[in-house]
Order: sequence, then C-alpha cells, then structure tokens
Amino acid sequence: MTTPREFKYVGTRPIRHDGVDKVTGRASYGADVVWPGMLHGFVLRSPHAHARIVSIDTRAAEATPGVKAVLTGKDLPETTATIALGEAAIDLRDVGDNMLARTKVLYHGHAVAAVAATTIDIAREAAEKIQVVYEVLEPVTGIDRAIAADAPILHPALRTKGAASPGAAGPTNIASRLEFKRGDVDAAFAEADVVVEREFRTPMVHQGYIEPHACIARCGEDGRAVVWCTTQGPFVVRDACAAIAGLDPAHVKVIPSEIGGGFGGKIVVYLEPMAIALSRKAQRPVKMVMGRDEVFRATGPTSGSRVRVKLGAKRDGTLVAATASLWYEAGAYRGSPVGAGAMCALAAYKIPSFFIEAHDVVVNKPKVAAYRAPGSPIAAFAVESVVDEIARELKMDPIELRLKNANAEGDKAPYGPKYGPIGLKQILEAARNHPHWTSPLAANQGRGIAVGFWFNAGMNSSATVILDTDGSAAVVTGNPDIGGTRAAQAIMVAEELGIPVERVRPGVGDTDGSGYTDLTGGSRVCYATGMAVIRAAEDVRDQLKARAAQIWNVAVDAVGWENGRAIPPAGTEKAEAMTVAGLAAKMAHTGGPIVGRASLYAPMAGPAFGAHICDLEVDSETGQSKVVRYTVFQDVGRAVHPGYVEGQMQGGAAQGIGWALNEEYIYDADGVMENAGFLDYRMPVASDLPMIDTVIIEVPNPLHPYGVRGVGEVPIVPPLAAVANAMRDATGIRFTELPLSPPRVLEAIEAASAVSVGA
Amino acid sequence: MATVHLPSGLTQYTGGVETIDIDAARVPELIAALGHRFPQIAEQLGEMAVAIDGEIYQDPGYQLLRADSDVHLVPRIAGG
Repeated sequence: MTTPREFKYVGTRPIRHDGVDKVTGRASYGADVVWPGMLHGFVLRSPHAHARIVSIDTRAAEATPGVKAVLTGKDLPETTATIALGEAAIDLRDVGDNMLARTKVLYHGHAVAAVAATTIDIAREAAEKIQVVYEVLEPVTGIDRAIAADAPILHPALRTKGAASPGAAGPTNIASRLEFKRGDVDAAFAEADVVVEREFRTPMVHQGYIEPHACIARCGEDGRAVVWCTTQGPFVVRDACAAIAGLDPAHVKVIPSEIGGGFGGKIVVYLEPMAIALSRKAQRPVKMVMGRDEVFRATGPTSGSRVRVKLGAKRDGTLVAATASLWYEAGAYRGSPVGAGAMCALAAYKIPSFFIEAHDVVVNKPKVAAYRAPGSPIAAFAVESVVDEIARELKMDPIELRLKNANAEGDKAPYGPKYGPIGLKQILEAARNHPHWTSPLAANQGRGIAVGFWFNAGMNSSATVILDTDGSAAVVTGNPDIGGTRAAQAIMVAEELGIPVERVRPGVGDTDGSGYTDLTGGSRVCYATGMAVIRAAEDVRDQLKARAAQIWNVAVDAVGWENGRAIPPAGTEKAEAMTVAGLAAKMAHTGGPIVGRASLYAPMAGPAFGAHICDLEVDSETGQSKVVRYTVFQDVGRAVHPGYVEGQMQGGAAQGIGWALNEEYIYDADGVMENAGFLDYRMPVASDLPMIDTVIIEVPNPLHPYGVRGVGEVPIVPPLAAVANAMRDATGIRFTELPLSPPRVLEAIEAASAVSVGA
Repeated sequence: MATVHLPSGLTQYTGGVETIDIDAARVPELIAALGHRFPQIAEQLGEMAVAIDGEIYQDPGYQLLRADSDVHLVPRIAGG
C-alpha cells in the first residue's frame, strides 16, 4: 500500500488570481470590447414556431443609410462537418441552420436574417424592413404531439437511429432510441413484494447564465478572421466558425473573453459565424450581443421530458427490478441528452434486472444545449422520487434503503463496465450521521433526500508552464475559467515546483497561444487539464534538475528534489541545495529559458455521486414553499481548492432548486414562449435560499495524480428529487410534474383536502 | 482474447449476441473485427465510446488491449 501524498498547497484556499478584477468590474467579458470601425449586428427572428420560408427580400434593409451588410442563410455555404463532442456529435449543418434558417423556421425566435450597421438602432430598424414570406405550419410543442401518428414532421429526412421500435421506419420526430437491459425483468417484478410505478414530467429550463451571448469578429479581404467571444470552448468556436462561414480553420483565431456563466450553454455557436460573415461583407469588425429574450428564445435550454419509472423491491428493501422509459425533447434539431439520462438513471443501485429505453424527440422549440450533467437531473427526479415511495411503502428509512442497494467498487454499472473506487456509500453514511438528518422539523415542514450521479469527462488537454528569471511562473491553458480553475491550476504548479501560489500567474490562452484543449465542461478541467498542468510543471522541474546538474557537474539522475529545491548528491563539493528562484536566475547561463509543456488525452474521470438533504416549509394557504435548510454531500475525489469546490456544490444545488420549484418555459398554443425574461422566468436569487451547507467527501480517483474526480455537474442532479421528496413529506402529496410552483402546489393541496372532506 | 460486451440496443442486429471474445491488440482492430462479424452495426461502432477495464474513452483512438481486457461499448456522453 502506498503512503498518501502530503500536500503543501493542494487543499488550501488562496484568493483567486482573477478575483479583484471581477468584483471591481475591470474584467472584460464578451460585450466589453470595442474595436475601431466597429459595426453593430442585429438578428431578425421568426415570429412563427414552425413555418416554411417562401422568400426573403432584403432590398429595403440594404438601402437603409448606415447599413453595411445584410446576411441570410443563402450567404453561407452548407457544411456536412461534425465536431465529435459527446452523445450526439455536433452536426455543423444543424448548427448552421439553427444559427440562420435556410428553408424552414423550427421555433419562435429562429434567426432568418442579420444586419450590420453603424449603430444598433439602424441595424434594428433595417432588419424590420426585411420582407419574409412564410408558409405557416402547425407547431409541435410537446412530446405527446410529436410522437402522435398524425404529427407534423419537422425534418422529412429524419429517421429513428438506433434500436428502433417495431414499425418505426418512415419519417418521424423520434431522432433516436436507445436500450439498456439486464436480466429477466418480468420474472424479477413477479418476485417483488412492493412495486411502485409513476410517470413524471419536467418542462424545458434554461441554464440562466448572467452574461448573454456576445462576440465581436473581424474578417479581412485575406479571409483571416479574429473572434473575441464569451465561450466555454474557444477551439470549438474556431472549428465551427471555419466550417459554417467557409473559412480555413488555420485562418481563424478565437480569443475567449471572461465568461459570465455557461453551464453547458456556451459550447455551441449562435452568433460568431454570423459576425464573421457580416464582417467579411462589410470589411469592418462586427459586434453582436444578444438580449435576454433572445437568450431564452434562441439558445439552448435543456430538455422538457416525460419519464415513466417502475421499481420493484423485496420486503427487506432489496431492489430487484426496474423499468424506465425516457422521452426527452431535443428542440428543433436532434441531440437531447437522453442517452446520458438513461445511463445515469439507475447508476446508484445494484438492481439485477432492468430495462431502460430512451427516446430523443424533435419539437418546435429551441435546440437544447448541454446543461450541467446533461440528462441526469431529469432521470434522477423520476427514479429518486420512486425510491422515496418504495421507502414509504416499506416504512424504511430512505437512507438505509439507498445504502442497502448502493453500488460500490467492483459492482457493474447499468451501462456496462465495473465501477472503480466510488464514494456513494461514504456520502450516504455521512448524510445519515449528519445532524441535519436527525434535526427536528417545525410545523408545515418536510424533509427529502436524493442522490445523483455523473460520469465526469476526460478528453484533450494541453498546458504550458513558463518559468521567469525571478522564479515565478505562468501557467497557460485553453480553458476559459468558469469555476475557479485558474486558482486550481496555480495551486498545482505551486505544489509541483514548491513556489507560493501567489507567484504563479494562471492564464487563459487563445487558439493561437495555447495547445489544443477541449472545452471547459463535463467537470473535466481540474481533472484532465489539471493533469496536463501537473505534467507541464513536472517538465519544468526536470529541466531545473538538469540545470542544477550542469552547475554541479554531476549526473542528472543523481540530483534530488525536495520542498522546491534541487538537492546535490552527497559529497558534491561546494554544492548547496538550490531553490527554483536560484536556478531560474541562472537560466541564461545554463541553456536559456525554461518552458514546460504537456498534452494528453484523458479517459473519463472516476464517476461521482452526491446526496442532498432538503428541508422545505410549505404555506398551505398559498402553495408557496421555502427551502429552510439544505445540505450537499459529494465525493469529489480530491478538493484542490476546497472553497471553489464548495462554491460548485452550492451553485449546482441552487440551480437544481430553481428547476424544482419555479423555472419553466411557458408556451402558448402557437409555440410562443410567454416568459422570456427574468421577471417571468423565476430563478432563485440569494435571498430565496438559505446558506447551503456542504460536506466534501474525498475518495481519491486513481486516474489522477492527486485523486481529482471533478465536481461541477453532480450537484445539480439530486435537487429536483430532494425538493420533491421534501414536498411529499410536508404535504403528503407526491408531485410528478415540475416545477413545484405555488399555483401547482396550491391546486394539489386544495384537491387533496377536497377529497379528504368529501371522504 | 478481449471480452467485448455489446450494448443491448444493438443486439437486435447481432442475432442476440451480447458478448463476444475477440483477439485484438488495439481498439481499431477490435472495432474492425466486430464490424466484419456484424456488418449491420459497423457504422454505429465508430460513434461509440469504449470502456476498457472500467476506464471510458470517449475517443478510444489506438488504445492497447490486454489479452484478458473487459471491453464495453457505450454511448458517448456530452458534458455541460
């Protein structure tokens, strides 16, 4: 057994390097940049949810004084390129069509044309002069309608991919179907003493990042483009822009701004290729900034869903059988996260026999984008609600029920492979032993618990560590910093080189200034890019040892390294241990500058689990509820900067609570979103929530040198069910549809009391 | 011989075969052998992630296999 490494900087809480600029407003975000000669772009959007474009006449707009360029879908080449990125490879033809419709509009707010003008008012006025003739079609605004036999078809060429249902051969709105099965499900249910089956529905919800999509781009007569934008993945933007705008990727440079939240929603491009194309026409830079209503109507929310779950258990609480049928809205183009939802649904439990089916359904709503653990929260809402019902039927403590069935190292995940070291039992035991679980509840309060799972990604990462002559260092990666990754990377360099964190300058490079790095997402940056950072720092350390060997005139292998110092071999004359600063000062005399670099492809990190306890107080006269206490338990592998790990756990919980209690896309019969603003789309604010308590569990991930597992996505998975289970505890009512907004809760309470009175 | 576990959604195209032993030193040779054996799923195989002895590779590239590797084909996963 190896001795656990003792850390000096890992696990400490230094102030983030970018913190002061951010809290003082000096940091530059997507919309903050002004370039000489800059024009302003405005997008004309469809007033219909589903319509064929008959014609577009842009002559009046082009004739408007101050207008420098007008763009429609016909101005852009069609591409068949894809970017391999997870469940459904990003189909850039769909991305291009989504950015600017060619033949059909597929949701209210779908872009049909764009104008660049000297002021935003002129651009808006000119856009309104564009004449678009539509042939309006019936909108498909939900799963039930989408899969009906007489449903309008969004994409005539679409056929179901994967394990198709019998008879599903022709045009369809079901883009794909997956199955996972194990054992004899019917026989297993026949042996169950308790069976609970429920159907759940969730609406589309948005990531709700504070900063809207924004960019500025310039494209010269030489076909070279530079883009400044807010994005989670500058290399994704580069490749997408090149394909959609018809440029050589070698001629596109993307500079990521600071990013005001992404949560998966700032991976796909919506504006950048348009800004390039407008700039190419106008030969001037073009800036484009979305309004909040555009963000809601035309950028990726996550799926609305219909999920049916059935669980069977023995009287002692052993789960023996499960079925789950998942239907997720993809929005206008294929690619919901339903496959991940299916893989996550039963990931916590040892269930010998199960059948899971998953359907990706296109509807006339905005194309969904990734949202923190895409697909998993929806599945967990259904499964964890039914697990709660099973516990109630059996009169068993819900944590004990989960512990009895919890997967552990060596158990087989429902999607196939065996788990390595995982911390599910440890988090459940921590929750059981936490004072929150046994504290008394006040009147009108209820308590719920739920668990959640996410894979945590790996993929491509690069890092460069640059040593300066004063012994300080810079570390550069291509990952925009969303969750405090600069600080984590600085800690890693400090740990490996033995220099103070404050003397490490972490930076985010552009696509010309950093090695290829996959996006900031999938909880991958501290894990995968962190490994690259560690290796790059090790590269610097190895070079420093070689320089010391040169100075001492000894073999490199004989040089040791302890506490940030090169150690000479015993007996070396006139040789004393040398610090990083001492060696750095001699760089010019020992071979020149020292730069460490590393690139790698990481497998997916060890999967992670979280458990959340929620206390909810419900006003039975208004239906309003308030979270009065909330505790998050999560296995993070290793917390490099515990403060930002806790921040991720709290942020994910807050978003999940909003999803559970208030957030929803509300559509009218014509497929028009009725609440495209933060006044009507109710996200939780600080005053809505109590201090969210956090308990970090560290079961080291053997794939990472420090044990890092990833943290950002798991915490949004349990809250939907944790809140719903607390609501069940408080009201006696099992809610199967989100959000648990006051009108829905009040209606259910009144209906239940009417039944009670009538009885 | 690596033991390959096919996702249950594909077994309708493999005559119900869920597990197969394949002699391959690397993932590309394993995928090619599977595609040769089951042509109907050949196109889908290239789009899947591969779990080798519990470690999931979204893009398995030229990963080496041990003689007794346990290999699962799983859908690729998008993160947020």
